Amino acid sequence: MGPLVPDLISENLNYILALFIGIAFGAILESAGFSSSRRLVGLFYGYDFTVLRVFFTASIVAMVGVMTLERLGLLDMNLVYVNPTFVWSAIVGGLLMGLGFVLGGYCPGTSFCAAAIGKLDALALIGGALVGVLLFAEGYPLLEALHKAKHVGSPRITETLGVAPSLFAVAMLLFALVAFGVASLVERKVNRTPAPTRLWTPAGATVLAGAVVLALSAFSYRDRKADLLNLAGDERVVRSYPVAVMRLDEFAFRLMDTEDNRIQVVDFRPEADVARERLPKSVAFTVDNLFEQEPSRLLRTRGKINVFVAEDELKARRMAVIASELGVPRVMVLEGGWQGLRKQVLEFTPSRPPRNLEEEFTYRFRQRAQQVIPALIRQNKASAPVKKEKKRVLGGC
Amino acid sequence: MNEQRYQNPYMAGVLLGLLLLVTIYITGRGLGASGAIKSVTVAGVSAVAPQHAQSAQFYSEYLKEHADGGPLKNWLVFEVVGVLIGAFLSGLVAGRLKLVTERGPRVTSRTRLVAAFLGGILWGIGSQLGRGCTSGAALSGMAVMSTGGILTMLAIFAGAYAFAYFFRKLWTGGVHDGTSGA
Repeated sequence: MGPLVPDLISENLNYILALFIGIAFGAILESAGFSSSRRLVGLFYGYDFTVLRVFFTASIVAMVGVMTLERLGLLDMNLVYVNPTFVWSAIVGGLLMGLGFVLGGYCPGTSFCAAAIGKLDALALIGGALVGVLLFAEGYPLLEALHKAKHVGSPRITETLGVAPSLFAVAMLLFALVAFGVASLVERKVNRTPAPTRLWTPAGATVLAGAVVLALSAFSYRDRKADLLNLAGDERVVRSYPVAVMRLDEFAFRLMDTEDNRIQVVDFRPEADVARERLPKSVAFTVDNLFEQEPSRLLRTRGKINVFVAEDELKARRMAVIASELGVPRVMVLEGGWQGLRKQVLEFTPSRPPRNLEEEFTYRFRQRAQQVIPALIRQNKASAPVKKEKKRVLGGC
Repeated sequence: MNEQRYQNPYMAGVLLGLLLLVTIYITGRGLGASGAIKSVTVAGVSAVAPQHAQSAQFYSEYLKEHADGGPLKNWLVFEVVGVLIGAFLSGLVAGRLKLVTERGPRVTSRTRLVAAFLGGILWGIGSQLGRGCTSGAALSGMAVMSTGGILTMLAIFAGAYAFAYFFRKLWTGGVHDGTSGA
């Protein structure tokens, strides 16, 4: 499951890859004509819309690709860098960059391409950008307030607008197609060139066909969360879904074993109950947490076995189905749930004398657990909630 | 040498989109450019004025993040070195290598270079505020549907269209050949 860095590809190999990715990036930009400032700014004067075409096509292809990989469970977006949102800083910075674009003729990436093929104006722009960063750095005490104002986390546009990702992608696609059409009209008018005799080039037709397929396929994407909740709501499915079960005694034993740090109890009981009695090695969880970035990262901690606990086993199984579908590794449910633990261990009273040696041992073990586990629960109350961070890939400019 | 024609823009867009997708799948991050400029600036300042770099917040934070291997050991620095190589090779194959100041028909080379330098300063400041430029914030931000990235992109385009009129002399007029003025 992606991203492959850092688990499958080491940090050092990642630098080598960066070089090769850069080579492809530079070659694509240069061959598309992004090494020419007059071509780039043509977008803002209406005589050349190459940038619009390349930029929108690329971002839609990548966006739909990311969406699809995420949907298929091949890419874990919890680990992918999503640019943070600082509202005012983004707007002011963007406006300055826009001004920089019409004044300078390039953006930073394209200036590197242009400089590489000998454009001196691109070199001047790179020099200016170095000075600009220097000015920003020296003026940072003054700019810090603006730089950090109105931070709203790293939301995705679909969360901000409250629309399904597929709907957003289709809207972007329609917008892009209209924009491409308008761009061609404006280009012809500004440059006073006649309408092309051949309207359909093979490349254009291919792209359009792809777009239509995409637009249609978008309707087969449904909201993942609603789908999974629906699935977990179906008792028959949940009962037949393969989930590993941890026996009560094993669970009790591992709770008491101070050396055993492989198990992680994921407690889905109501908040008040958890606050009253918190198991050792446990984290409080809700169904929503499973879909959220920060909390669900905890479940992917390497090597940990996630034992799902709820009031009863069925609820834990429902949660386990959702988690397994979301790609959480090593999910188990506690046999009998919290009720089972209470009846069989915490409030264990043998209904009859042991009949054989095995029962005798079980009784003895449970009587010991009866003493130890409540003590652990009391101890646990005092300590702070478990928090563990897994490092996300750092990106951005 | 005869200059070859540029690639079909839609085809280039599809290729760029696939490259971005592969990059995100492999590395968990998108493409970028201005981050490398930041790395070079911090490296320069810490070489020339190491004490200042340690005391001023902007540099010291960056240096702390890059304690292992120095400010230049950054993913984007390696990527931008690649961009330079890739663009050079593409220019070489297409016969576009030429030392030239590209300018509009109504301005001198000197004006063009000064404008480019000033534009660069704005990019430097703007990309720090926007936490990325057209590649890192706008393009990569769109790919992962980041609200911040899309906001930055809208602001870049809005800014460019809003200010374009005032700088039309730099670019328009005379004969449009769509490529370079010598």
